[in-house]
Amino acid sequence: MLDFILLIVIYIIIYSISSLGLNLIVGYTGMLSLCQAAFMGIGAYSTAVLMTAGHMDFWLALLSSGAIAALCGILIGIPTLRLRGDYLAIATLGFGEIVKNVILNWDSVTKGPMGINGIPGPSLFGYTFTSMEKLPWLFLLLFFLAATYMLIRVMIRSRVGRALEAIREDEIAASAMGINIAKYKVGVFTTGAFCGGLAGSFFAAYSQSVAPLTFDFMMSIMILCMVVLGGLGNSFATVIGTVLIVIASELPRLLGISHIIPAQMNQILFGFILVFMMIYRPQGIIGRIKLNYGKMMKDEILHMER
Amino acid sequence: MDLFNIPANELIQHLINGLTLGAIYSLIALGYTMVYGILKFINFAHGEILMLGTYSGYFLYYMLCDPTKGGSYVIIAFAVSLLFAMIISAILGITIERIAYKPLRKAPRLAPLLSAIGVSIILMNLASLMFGTKSKKFDYPFDNTPIHFGDASITPNQIMILVVGLIMMVSLKLFVDRSRLGKAMRATSENQAVAALMGINVNSIISLTFAIGSALAAVAGILIAMEFKVYPTMGQLAGLKAFIAAVVGGIGNITGAMVGGILLGLLETFGVVIIGIPQGLKDTIAFSVLIIILLVKPSGLLIKNRREKV
Amino acid sequence: MPLLYTKNLRREFGGVIAVSDVNFEVMKNSITGLIGPNGAGKTTLFNNITGLDFPTKGNVFFKGEDITELPAYKITRIGIARTFQNIRLFREMTVFENVMIGRHFRGNHPKLSRNRLVNFALGMVNLKMEEKDIYENSIKWLDFFNLLPFRDEYAKNLPYGRQRELEIARALATEPDLLFLDEPAAGMNPQETEELMATIRKIRDLGVTVVLIEHDMKLVMNICDTITVLNYGQKIAEGTPGQIQNNKDVIEAYLGKSDD
Repeated sequence: MLDFILLIVIYIIIYSISSLGLNLIVGYTGMLSLCQAAFMGIGAYSTAVLMTAGHMDFWLALLSSGAIAALCGILIGIPTLRLRGDYLAIATLGFGEIVKNVILNWDSVTKGPMGINGIPGPSLFGYTFTSMEKLPWLFLLLFFLAATYMLIRVMIRSRVGRALEAIREDEIAASAMGINIAKYKVGVFTTGAFCGGLAGSFFAAYSQSVAPLTFDFMMSIMILCMVVLGGLGNSFATVIGTVLIVIASELPRLLGISHIIPAQMNQILFGFILVFMMIYRPQGIIGRIKLNYGKMMKDEILHMER
Repeated sequence: MDLFNIPANELIQHLINGLTLGAIYSLIALGYTMVYGILKFINFAHGEILMLGTYSGYFLYYMLCDPTKGGSYVIIAFAVSLLFAMIISAILGITIERIAYKPLRKAPRLAPLLSAIGVSIILMNLASLMFGTKSKKFDYPFDNTPIHFGDASITPNQIMILVVGLIMMVSLKLFVDRSRLGKAMRATSENQAVAALMGINVNSIISLTFAIGSALAAVAGILIAMEFKVYPTMGQLAGLKAFIAAVVGGIGNITGAMVGGILLGLLETFGVVIIGIPQGLKDTIAFSVLIIILLVKPSGLLIKNRREKV
Repeated sequence: MPLLYTKNLRREFGGVIAVSDVNFEVMKNSITGLIGPNGAGKTTLFNNITGLDFPTKGNVFFKGEDITELPAYKITRIGIARTFQNIRLFREMTVFENVMIGRHFRGNHPKLSRNRLVNFALGMVNLKMEEKDIYENSIKWLDFFNLLPFRDEYAKNLPYGRQRELEIARALATEPDLLFLDEPAAGMNPQETEELMATIRKIRDLGVTVVLIEHDMKLVMNICDTITVLNYGQKIAEGTPGQIQNNKDVIEAYLGKSDD
C-alpha cells in the first residue's frame, strides 16, 4: 500500500514537471498547446534510445532529451507562433499525431510497436536508482521539481513575466511597447517543451521501458486538465491540479475497483473538467495570482538602498 | 501521357480516388469554416458531431432494413437514415453551441477553445462506452461493383460521393450567396454588432450555422462509413485533416474550404504514389501541408493577406 | 529635412484604396495635425508608419532611414511611440505596470553590457539595477500626468479621461522622439480637452515631436503648427491652421460641395 502511494507521488512529481512547463505556455502566455505529451514522448524515447543503443550516461541523456524536445518546440513554434493562437492548437494537435506515427514506424530506432525495454537506472555517487526502491527516486525527482518551480518563479517575477502578461492581454499593444512578441512566444514554448522533455526522460528512466502509445493525445489533454483545474497562470495551483488529476485517475486502482470502472470514465471526467471550469470557474480552483510588479519592485529597491 | 512514369490510366485512377477523398474533406471543412467565419473559433467537437451523426444513421439503417438483401427498399431506408443522421447532427451541433460555447462568447479566446476540446473528448469517450470501440461495417445500399472504363475503374459509391458532395456544395454556395438567411449569415460573420443593429437575430444565425455545418458533417460521416467503417474515433483524424483543408483554402471562406478539401485529397493520394511517402506516414502529408501554408501564405490560398484591425 | 516623411505611401485593401500615394511630412519639434472626415485613411496611415500594417507601395523614412519594412516593436525601439483610437491599455494590469511595460526594452542601465545574457551571467544584481531604472522612470512619467495616486489601481478601473492619459504616459515611457496620438480627445469633456492641450504642449517642450489625429477642431487649430488634411485616402491640403481654415478643398470635403 505504501509502495503504491509512493508510486503515485512519483507520478505526481514527474507530471508536475511537465504541467509546470505547459502552464508557462497556456497559463502565463495564453497560447493553447495540445502536444505536451508528445514532448514527453520525445524526451522518453530520446533517453531510451540514447541509454540503450547509445550507452549514454543518464545525466547526459536527461539533458539531451530536454534539448531535443526543446528543439522540436522551436521547429514547430517558429512557423505557427507568428499567427493567431488557434493555429498553434491545430499545429500542435497534428504534431502530436506525427510524433506518434514516427515512433510507431521508425522501427530501426524506436523498435516500433514493441517499445524499448531494459533502460538502465541512473546512478549518482555510486548509487544506482531502480524502480524497486522508490524513496531515493522520490527525493531525486523532488529536487528537480523544486528546481523547475524556482526557475519558473524567477522568470515570472522578472520583467519577462511582466512582458508575458502584457502579451497575454493585448499583443498589438505589447508590440507597440517595443516587445518582440515572437521571440517571447518561441522562448516560452521552447521552455515548456524542455520541461516536457525532462519529465519524459524521468518517465523512461523510472519505468525502465517506453511504449509508443503511452504519449498520446489523451495524455496531452490530461496535462492540460492539470493546468486548467488548478488555475491558469499559477505554478502552485498547477502542482495542486496535478495532484488532484493523478489521484483521480489512479483512484479506481487505489480502491481496487479498476475492473468495474471503464477507462473511458477518466477521459470523460477530463472533458467535463474542461467544459465545467471554463463556464463556471475559468480561473481554476485556486485562481490566477496577480503579481503586483510595482509593489514587488518597490520592496526590492528599498531593500537595496538599505 | 506519362507523368512521373505513371501510366495515364493509373493517373486517372488516382485522380478519381483523390477527388472522392477531397470531396469528403470539403464537406467536413465547410462546417469548420462556417463556424470560424461567425464565431472566430475552432469547433473542436465538429469531428465528434460527425461521428455521432454517423452512428445514429447507422443504427436506424440497420433497424429499418437488412442491407445485404438489396432492392429499392434498402435504398429508401438508406435515404431516410442519411436524413436522420443529418437531423441528429444538426440538433447536436445547436445543443453543443448553446451549452458549451454560448456562455463563453465574451470570454478570453482560450476559454471556448478549451471548452470545445472538452466536449469533443466527452462525446468521443461516451460513444466508445455506449457503442464499443470495435469498428462497425456500413453496408452499401446498392451493388458496389466497380465500373471499368479502360484500365481505370470507379465504384458506384465513389460516384455517389462526388455527386452528393457536388450537390451539397453548390446548394450551400447558392444558399449563402442568394438567400435572405444566407445574406444574414454573411452580415453576421462580417460584423456581429452591426448585424444585430440591422435587426438580424444573431443567436438564430449562429444556431443555423452550426446546424448546416453539422448536417454536412453527418453526410460526410456516412460516406466515410461506407468506404471505411464506423468507430468512435472516426471523427478525430478526419476532423483534423478537414480543418487543415479549411486553412489551406482560407479559413472563414466557403469556396476556400471546398477548394482546400479537394486539394488536400489530391495531395494525399498523389503524395503516396508519386513522391512515394510510406503508407504509415501518409497522415503526415496533411500536417506538412499545414506548416507550409502557414509559412508561405497563412491567410490561405483564397484570401488576400489581411492584418488584424487596430 | 523632416524628422519623418512618407513617400507615395499607398495602402489597398482588396480593391479599396485606403491611402492613396500620400506624401506626409513631420518637422522636428512640431505638433502636426492629421485631419479629415471619417474613413479618410488617417488611422491606416498611422498603422502603416508604426509597423502595425504595411503599405502596398511607397516608403516611410525616419531620421533619413527607410523604416517601411520594420515590424512594430522595432519601430518603437528606434523612437516612435503611439496611442490607439480605441484605448488599448493592459486592462488587467495596474497603472504602474502599464508604464513599466512601456520601459520594457529601455531597462538597460547605462553601466550594463548591451548583451542581456552577459548581464545575467554577471549575476542578479545587474538585473536589479535594470529594474531600478525601470522603476524610477515609471514613477517620473506617472508623476508627469499626476497619476501617482492611482498607481496600484487596475487600468480598467480608471475614469475614461485618465485612461487616455495613462496610454500617453505608457507611450512616453518608451522615450520616443516622435509620438503619434490617435484621437486623444475622443470622449473627453471640454475641461479635460483643455488640460490635454496643455499636456501636449508640455510634451513637445520635452523635445518630443507630436503627430495627432483629431476631430476636435478647436484643439487642432489651437495647438498644431501644421495640419495635413486627408480625404478618400488622398492628401488634399497641408499648411498652417490659418491656411487650412480658408482652404476651399478642405471646406468642401467637410461641408460637401455646394451645387451653385
